[in-house]
Amino acid sequence: MVCEDYKDQLMGYLDNELSDQQRRRFEEHLAGCSDCTAELEEFKKLKAITDEVSLVEPEERIWQEYWSGIYNRIERGIGWIMFSVAAIALSIYGGFRAIEELIRDPNVEIVLKIGLLALIAGLAILFVSVLRERLYFWKTDRYKDVRR
Amino acid sequence: MNKYMKDAYFIALGLVGNREDALDLSQEAFVRAYRNINQVKPGRGFFPWFYQILKNLCISHLRKRKRSQAGSLDVEGRPEPAASVDEFSPDTVVGKDETKNEVWKAIGKLEPKHREVIVLRHFRNMSYEQIAETLFCNKGTVTSRLYYARKRLKELLST
Repeated sequence: MVCEDYKDQLMGYLDNELSDQQRRRFEEHLAGCSDCTAELEEFKKLKAITDEVSLVEPEERIWQEYWSGIYNRIERGIGWIMFSVAAIALSIYGGFRAIEELIRDPNVEIVLKIGLLALIAGLAILFVSVLRERLYFWKTDRYKDVRR
Repeated sequence: MNKYMKDAYFIALGLVGNREDALDLSQEAFVRAYRNINQVKPGRGFFPWFYQILKNLCISHLRKRKRSQAGSLDVEGRPEPAASVDEFSPDTVVGKDETKNEVWKAIGKLEPKHREVIVLRHFRNMSYEQIAETLFCNKGTVTSRLYYARKRLKELLST
């Protein structure tokens, strides 16, 4: 069991991160502490085998295509945003025009027109309600800036 | 930028253990960094900020993988998941050596906060100062985490 006060020093010593003064002080402690000396030896062995583990380098082709892969993702992302915005805008416009024509058409029954208007009004109320709720929670969420 | 590319890939590999996922996650991190580059705080380097994006993506990926493996919904407030040990396969490590594979698998069993200091120290050769800067913590926290990470690694290798 390593001495509690020397835990950090032990790691610093192992990784050569101590100043000369800290190193000397720790070595003085090691000279009189068999527990820390034993633990240091174990950590040295562990460090040696961990240092031997090296990860396979990907093929050169992967590195060459790395940035173009990122560029493609960004490009596709922009493409999708434009497509989505345009699709939503066109759907709203088309829907609006279709409903307008339906309402103006004298051959369409009045019940159908009222039903359609009620459907649109209901959807609009639902949308505004959800939006307001989301905005309220977003404003009052104390943890919104906390990264998970 | 090529140094960042390799750092991102190998850090992701150390966190998720799988080469295809590491490539995908590291590239996705650069895409998100590009979209949010205005959030880099002046006076703070790019890499620590970028690392947070990468780490969050890897953690979220591990959660998804764990959920799909468990086949059930997870609950809020769950601890950060360990990687699936199966993903830490021997073909990721240079050389066919039983000890190296054991170490690599044991790293996969560490908690993410311990695994990340091992990855940054051993696979990216970062100094304590650089690790502290990357993790937005002080050097004391780095040494302490390294101590407990290595202690746990020792336990895992002795079982």
